[in-house]
Amino acid sequence: MSALTSAAITVADTVTEFELPSINYSAIAPILIIFGAAVVSVLVEAFAPRRARRPLQLVLVIGSVIAALVVVVSLAGTRLVTAEGAIAVDGPTLVMQGTLLVVALLGALLMAERGIDPQGDAFAPRASALPGSEDEREFTERGYLQTEIWPFFLFALMGMLIFPAANDLLLMFIALEVMSLPLYLLAGMARRRRLLSQEASLKYFLLGAFSSAFFLYGTAMLYGYSGTVSLPGIAEALTAKPSEASLVTIGVALLLVGLLFKIAAVPFHQWTPDVYQGAPTAVTGFMAATVKIAAFGALLRVLYVGLGGMRWDWEPMLWIIAILTMLVGSIVAITQTDIKRMLAYSSIAQAGFILVGVVAVSREGLAASMFYLIAYAFTTIGAFAIVSMVRDASGEATHLSKWAGLGKKSPLVAGIFAIFMLALAGIPLTSGFIAKFGVFTAAIESGATWLVIVAVVASLIAAFFYARVIVLMFFSEPTEETASVVVPSAFTTIALAAGATVTIVLGIVPQPVLELVSNADVFIR
Amino acid sequence: MTTFPWLTTLGLVPLVGSIVVALLPRGRTLLAKQVALAIALITLGLTIAMALQFQADSTEPFQFVESHPWIPSFGISYSVGVDGIGLVLVALATTLVPVVILAGWHDADDSRGTVKGYFALILVLETLMIGVFAATDVFLFYVFFEAMLIPVYFMIGRYGGVQRSYAAVKFLLYSLLGGLFMLASMIGLYVVSAQITGTGTFDFLTLAGLEIDETTQKMLFLGFFFAFAIKAPLWPFHTWLPDAAAESKPGTAVLLIGVLDKVGTFGMIRYCLPIFPAASSFYAPIVIGMALIGIFYGAFVALSQTDMKRLFAYSSMSHFGFIALGIFVFTTQGQAGSVVYMVAHGLSTALLFLTAGFLMTRYRGSSTIADYEGVNKPAPVLAGFFLIAALSSLALPGLVSFVGEFLVLLGTFERYIWVGALATLGIVITAAYVLRLYQRTMTGPVKPELSGMKDLGGREVTALVPIVALTIILGLFPAPILNVINPAVDRVMQSVGATDPEPTVPLSSAVVEGTDK
Repeated sequence: MSALTSAAITVADTVTEFELPSINYSAIAPILIIFGAAVVSVLVEAFAPRRARRPLQLVLVIGSVIAALVVVVSLAGTRLVTAEGAIAVDGPTLVMQGTLLVVALLGALLMAERGIDPQGDAFAPRASALPGSEDEREFTERGYLQTEIWPFFLFALMGMLIFPAANDLLLMFIALEVMSLPLYLLAGMARRRRLLSQEASLKYFLLGAFSSAFFLYGTAMLYGYSGTVSLPGIAEALTAKPSEASLVTIGVALLLVGLLFKIAAVPFHQWTPDVYQGAPTAVTGFMAATVKIAAFGALLRVLYVGLGGMRWDWEPMLWIIAILTMLVGSIVAITQTDIKRMLAYSSIAQAGFILVGVVAVSREGLAASMFYLIAYAFTTIGAFAIVSMVRDASGEATHLSKWAGLGKKSPLVAGIFAIFMLALAGIPLTSGFIAKFGVFTAAIESGATWLVIVAVVASLIAAFFYARVIVLMFFSEPTEETASVVVPSAFTTIALAAGATVTIVLGIVPQPVLELVSNADVFIR
Repeated sequence: MTTFPWLTTLGLVPLVGSIVVALLPRGRTLLAKQVALAIALITLGLTIAMALQFQADSTEPFQFVESHPWIPSFGISYSVGVDGIGLVLVALATTLVPVVILAGWHDADDSRGTVKGYFALILVLETLMIGVFAATDVFLFYVFFEAMLIPVYFMIGRYGGVQRSYAAVKFLLYSLLGGLFMLASMIGLYVVSAQITGTGTFDFLTLAGLEIDETTQKMLFLGFFFAFAIKAPLWPFHTWLPDAAAESKPGTAVLLIGVLDKVGTFGMIRYCLPIFPAASSFYAPIVIGMALIGIFYGAFVALSQTDMKRLFAYSSMSHFGFIALGIFVFTTQGQAGSVVYMVAHGLSTALLFLTAGFLMTRYRGSSTIADYEGVNKPAPVLAGFFLIAALSSLALPGLVSFVGEFLVLLGTFERYIWVGALATLGIVITAAYVLRLYQRTMTGPVKPELSGMKDLGGREVTALVPIVALTIILGLFPAPILNVINPAVDRVMQSVGATDPEPTVPLSSAVVEGTDK
């Protein structure tokens, strides 16, 4: 330990003294483990023989995620700022990292599935081959399967782990990029409907790059105002000289655009339906669950730690965004005819509900938001697991009309999907209800009664489209068109079972997790 | 007081039963029905055993109390217990379930859903109905209140008529709308309790003891009342009911209107009044207005229905007006009458829907009134039960519905003589549509298609007889039920701070005699 932390070795120089940054390596070990695994993963792609790659990659991914998870658990209770103030390891960080790792593990299981698609897996044999080209056909015929997704997965996960821990804006930006770039690529790797997939990838990249630029610009503005990029430093500057409003306001607005883009809040949500639809379903599930957690983690830290002093300026803006997000997400979801697009709008609406917890700006709000994220992540990944299993001859049957009468053909799978829908709708005895209850309580406690009333109306609208899927599955007769459920291998089955179990258990005995989040509801400053 | 967890056991038996039924192999439909019926009868037996130990003169607000922390972070506990009102409604639910199972023996045979599924859903619903009447934690109540929607939603949507999915979704959304506003109010209540006592709680007795300021009460009351008014349903929140009733199987309709809708009126008397006394008095004139409109609106619309199930739905709406009226006139007799009326209405709804259901299965499942004429010739027993159902619905003296209606009107007259007089007129219209229905369908020359109609079989008669017996016994001798209800009603009156108006003439009504026995 001491060898690791006694980093403050001073190197005497003739001109200046250079101090090595002090880094608590054990506190950032989860990030380092995933980083190390990502690097090894690249090497495996480069040097291991083709046959050995998949088993090696799987051992690497699953092993490293579990190892990182064990370290996160062992760090419980840690509250420190390390790496010269750039990384904060505190309750919220550890809760988010722990959830991210568990959910990422389930996401990895979905991506590792090779029992569903008769052609192998859900990913293009060579992402570089042009869609519809001779090359592509040849690769498919030869039955090529690739494992390049794993380094991407690990790098993205590393970015996600840093994102909610980042205590300064520059590191946060780097984390944002490390998280996003692999995801842009993963989104474009679908084996089927490749044009749609590549379009999704490009759209995600362009809009994502745009939003990153906003984030960076906002960072620059805040630096110009406060002379620092560290969140506590900005908070200090805000209390010290609260006058120069315009620079800060513009900076904060730009910064928030970047973050709100990642959580898919309206009006920065335009990419979501296209990307969710185009990306391979396993990736969509992974991304929908984890990016939300990481980005909300970062958003909460920025708002609570860095910008708490100007709460009165951003709160009204977030109110409006929360209301828009809930209403637009719910209303537009009603008109969707594709299950993946519907889930995309659903995820937008859910982001709105989480924002209700965020704008409570209280410890309860933070705890409730974290609980909501946990509940949402497991339900989402389970729902996408099922989407990947419902297929017809042309691949995944995502059009809603093909889900008609599924309850009769496969009552178990349809029943589990119905539970996910009820959870997202917030019906009691599911995790979604306790989650909604938590954020609404936090919001009313801090006086945001009207926001909760809007949220209630939005919940009702949302309940309509969730109920519609149930109607379709259970109250309609199967037709010729109705898709069938492919029995997956153990990978997807485990992920699905875990998603369903957590959804129900958190609805019936939420106390342990509620305690966990309420013990972790203070950011270190 | 015994320490045996009566209420939990009562709730668990049907739940376990439903799992057993659901796990039976698909082909064993007869076994599924038999198991379901056995479970329902065991539950009924347990209810009777429990009811026998209920001490009507106890000073405790609730009996058979159990309390375990559930989600301490939010001050939520699993707390159950019943007072007299809760007890009779639990008993109503557990009585109607076996009847519905027996009467609906073939209801699910040709549905798109599985047979075992239907009976499993009925049992799940029974658990939730027991829970909703037994909960003494507001959050727990809410959980049961909302969770009840799901089995009913599936019962309508999978086993209902042509427009089933429309009706099911309408039912679900309407109920969710109410439920979500109640959720917001409930959270508000929790926050208020945290402000007053320092720690938030959902415990009913603690909440009822809080001194909440009047403005807050008025806001929070609305959320709760809105949910209950949709559930009950009161005019103008009733539009889901006729669709849901018309598209359901008769058995589903009985549980929906006979028991579930009582949760609305139960909620008003259990939660709205004691927790928000000031707001309740403030809004009472409006609620009484809604109730009066409902009585007449329901009755007039029922008069013009061409479909039996829709007619019953509107007639129920008219009766719910009476129940709400009795609750919000704040007299002991009115409220006791309302509770009796809830039970009576449950029984008469069961009779009406089940007999009509038996009739419908004999003629292509049609519920159109014009399809039937002169049924009493080929099927005299069926017609006889139909007549009893009709008379019970119009509150013939000697039947339990009369006791309820009479007490409600008496209580209303005590407080607002003109309201009472107006409401009495509603009875006349009820008599008109009910008797006309009987006359049109049962009397007159037999329709040629119906001449070969079979009369009720042994199973069908067995299902109806207990209900008829209860209707008559409690109608002639209401003391047992009133004895149980009255202490609970007194407590509600106390908590609202209402006292009965001084009688201008010496009291010599049937109630006093009834309670003295």
